[in-house]
Amino acid sequence: MQESGKPNGITPSQTVGPFFKYGLTPTGEYAWNDAFTNSTLTPDVTGDRVRIEGRVFDGDGVAVPDCMLEIWQADAQGRFADPQDKRALPNASFRGFARCGTDKDGNYAFETIKPGAVPDPDGKPQAPHILVAVFGRGMLRHLYTRIYFSDEADNSADPVLSLVPADRRATLIAVREAGKSVYRLDLRLQGDNETVFFDI
Amino acid sequence: MTFIYPTDSNKAHPLPLSPDYKSSIKRAPNKPLIPMRHTLSELTGPVYGHETVREGDNDLTRQHSGEPLGERIIVHGHVRDEDGRGVPSSLVEIWQANSCGRYVHVRDQHPAPLDPNFTGAGRTVSDASGYYRFVTIKPGAYPWGNHHNAWRPAHIHLSVFGHSFVTRLVTQMYFPADPLFPFDPIFNSVPDEKARARMVSSFDLENTQPEWALCYRFDIVLRGKNATPMENH
Repeated sequence: MQESGKPNGITPSQTVGPFFKYGLTPTGEYAWNDAFTNSTLTPDVTGDRVRIEGRVFDGDGVAVPDCMLEIWQADAQGRFADPQDKRALPNASFRGFARCGTDKDGNYAFETIKPGAVPDPDGKPQAPHILVAVFGRGMLRHLYTRIYFSDEADNSADPVLSLVPADRRATLIAVREAGKSVYRLDLRLQGDNETVFFDI
Repeated sequence: MTFIYPTDSNKAHPLPLSPDYKSSIKRAPNKPLIPMRHTLSELTGPVYGHETVREGDNDLTRQHSGEPLGERIIVHGHVRDEDGRGVPSSLVEIWQANSCGRYVHVRDQHPAPLDPNFTGAGRTVSDASGYYRFVTIKPGAYPWGNHHNAWRPAHIHLSVFGHSFVTRLVTQMYFPADPLFPFDPIFNSVPDEKARARMVSSFDLENTQPEWALCYRFDIVLRGKNATPMENH
């Protein structure tokens, strides 16, 4: 049991399990309201509106129907809706966070804006990116990955992408559909073309 | 205050692959996670306050026309950081099975009754000291298909945000002295015994309400240390 006084460590993670939907992503199917949707869009948000969609697969290439993705991102000027970001305040109502459960075919989709560039710890700009946390049955702790955008020339200079072996970078780059504001990126939890996950 | 998040703290977590938990076998990455320095993207996080929570959302016994069946309990505690400081204004979401060990989720086929007066979902926001409190029903143990005669110890699922995107935590709160602990591969996926103990609530007689409800205390410790500790003073 827990001891009192200063903690002797953090609370360990446990899987979100197969039955989180009615609590975390009910989307009208259960007698509970959603704290979050799959959209970060607010009426006054500025920036390029984009849809990011894809599917989640396991190590056998089978779609994962009980996965939950969460995204966290800056606004179009590269500012976070968090007082810990000491730069100028972001769009008034933009929160930068959204949550989506996968459907029976493993599909997810987010409606958001393309974020602006965010500095790295040395002040060097990172290419526009979105942080993703991946939760699911069978996943004892969530995994962190990033989404970059295929039409950003700055990807080649991004300090985080540069840490990733060149032949794995494509697993982090959502591909823009021709003529649309839609980007596609599939996540592969294991095996061939396994998505890059970060130790953060 | 500026926080740092040493990745060493993550050693308390289960490894992604824990073969006794069969669902992990095809869903754990084969390749090592890639280390990187935290940037502003990792060091910031969503800020959600009381607007996210309606009055009464932290009382799972009052969401329907009647009272749910089972043992009414209070679950409370503090959301804290690694230095022991309270984490204020953190969203805490919970979901759980009913007193018979049945989830309202459509895919739960355990032949135990649903309770029309219990959904099993709640949320609250920690106060200025990090304190949170729920009223709910003690969930039942339930069988699952992981191995022969597999039963999950009674637990409440919790989802907590904290100061940044790297403090995000989804975990399960267990009840003291559950006889199913030695046999549960999810509980035992946490390698360190002391870390496992941090997932077990303690019975709280002092805050047990006479003639009404037993109380359990559960402190949730998130990553995060003061970047500039006051030392040598």
